[in-house]
Amino acid sequence: MTPVPEGVPESAVLALRDVRIRDEVNDREIVHGVSFELTPGRVVGIVGESGSGKTLTCRAALGILPEHFVVSGGSIEITGHDIAGLTPARWVDLRGGTISAVFQDPASYLNPSIPVGRQIAEVSRVKKGLNRRAARHRALELLAAVRLRDPELVYGQFTFELSGGMLQRVLIAAAIAAGPKVLIADEATTALDVTVQAEILDLLADLRERTGLALVVVSHDLAVVAQVCDEVLVMRSGEVVEQGPTAQVLYQPRHEYTRLLIDEHEQYGLDRFLDAPAADAPEVDGSGDHLGAGEKELDRVR
Amino acid sequence: MSADPAAPGYAGPGRPVLEVTDLEVHYGLRRRRRRVLQGVSLSVARGETVGVIGETGSGKSTFARAVLGLVHASAGRIRIDGEDVTGYSHRQWRALRRRGVVQYVFQDPLRSLDPDLAIEESLIEPLLVQGVGRAEAVARARRYLARVHLDEDLLRRLPGELSGGQRQRVTVARVLVTEPALIILDEPVSGLDSANRVQVLQILKDLRDSGVALVFISHDLGSVAGVADRIAVLYEGEIVEVAAARTVINAPRHVYTRLLVGSAPTLRSAAADRAGRDALRARLRV
Repeated sequence: MTPVPEGVPESAVLALRDVRIRDEVNDREIVHGVSFELTPGRVVGIVGESGSGKTLTCRAALGILPEHFVVSGGSIEITGHDIAGLTPARWVDLRGGTISAVFQDPASYLNPSIPVGRQIAEVSRVKKGLNRRAARHRALELLAAVRLRDPELVYGQFTFELSGGMLQRVLIAAAIAAGPKVLIADEATTALDVTVQAEILDLLADLRERTGLALVVVSHDLAVVAQVCDEVLVMRSGEVVEQGPTAQVLYQPRHEYTRLLIDEHEQYGLDRFLDAPAADAPEVDGSGDHLGAGEKELDRVR
Repeated sequence: MSADPAAPGYAGPGRPVLEVTDLEVHYGLRRRRRRVLQGVSLSVARGETVGVIGETGSGKSTFARAVLGLVHASAGRIRIDGEDVTGYSHRQWRALRRRGVVQYVFQDPLRSLDPDLAIEESLIEPLLVQGVGRAEAVARARRYLARVHLDEDLLRRLPGELSGGQRQRVTVARVLVTEPALIILDEPVSGLDSANRVQVLQILKDLRDSGVALVFISHDLGSVAGVADRIAVLYEGEIVEVAAARTVINAPRHVYTRLLVGSAPTLRSAAADRAGRDALRARLRV
């Protein structure tokens, strides 16, 4: 992968145009038109609850829709090539090498009876044609790149010996092993503790900056998406109810549902304190300094 | 509710309903014995919600279980509603729980409701156990179902026919029928979607205002911050910080709390940036 050249307009590595997905058994359209373009180093976020169609949309882009589900309208292009009618062989090339993904439950994507390092090395052997030795070396590099502290140790460990956060790092290492241009992270931090979630999100941001990796971050939590994304799509019942640059969606939401998601954070979440109105926050002085002592302290640590 | 000054159980405002002093819990035997909680002290007053925040393995659920008499405390004292329950036998604990003074709500509402019992039966069961007459029990069940904004039609349904949010609200109603002084909630909103989460959190706020003491245990600082008056931060089995919710979030003192607050996603981006978090992580590892 190469760093993003500055000033040069980038062509989209992933482009969805009015993508519709149909359940052929029940003869119902499940996803009613999703469009976005992803250029290198950019991050698009999809927010929605279970059943909103966000995961189906991702699966369509990966060519792994469940049985009986088909893309019934619109188009999906990966690095400029329409994926409609791709042969299975061509898909195998594309997955891992160009587009890759990590999901919510990392342990279920790894073989419990093979050390995790060998499973990462296997990706380089199959996709890059590296020999055993080179593949092992590459796997160790990747384990270091996802900031696992002792790559040699982790290489030989089994899934049951690793925490959820470590497993998700291993999965990310495997997902980027063949140098994809796009990584889809579908609820990849949902099952993790908050501090571990932040570590994974920081890692993704880091990869994006260092390698120009483009990301699709899918979450039920608007705040997670707000944290890392340039553009946000809010989905509900298969429909994109709101779409735009992150700041616009957060500060000028147009749809009632987006407002509900924002309200939840502002009334019941941390935002209640972080940006409290003056009347409700006696400790805020009149100097316009809205930072609490804690944030100042954090500033000092930076 | 026992918050009513006219009610027999009312003991005056601000009196602690739960007093935990230097609680210590061990798991395992002999060489496998390890300390899960150490020196934990916390008190919760009537009409107060105290959040207990901690991550996987911090001991937060063990704390809940100890307060409910489900695990044995190896040291320390627990007083519930003025009663020293520290050395209680199984039989005494069961009697205490049956009286309904202390109640609990866990994360998974499906597992806390009998799948073969209609909602009405589930709701009146704890009252029948106490010897309340059926007519009175049904009346109370209806009252508390309304309290959690659920329709009476649901009374005849089975838990499997309800949505996750409805089930969790039924669980809360079931806890309320015995009019407890103290409710322990372990991840009560973690499995719920946005709209249901808001509803359950609002119900908890109303309960607090009616005088019940609540202990809200969660890994999710966001949902705890929304309803707790005070927050206790559990880290590796110890309370490293306890203060007003606003103070914990705006001026966290312990390194772990700072990392926790700095990691929690908010709409305005986390309180710390990447470099700030890295610095805190490095300090925590030392």
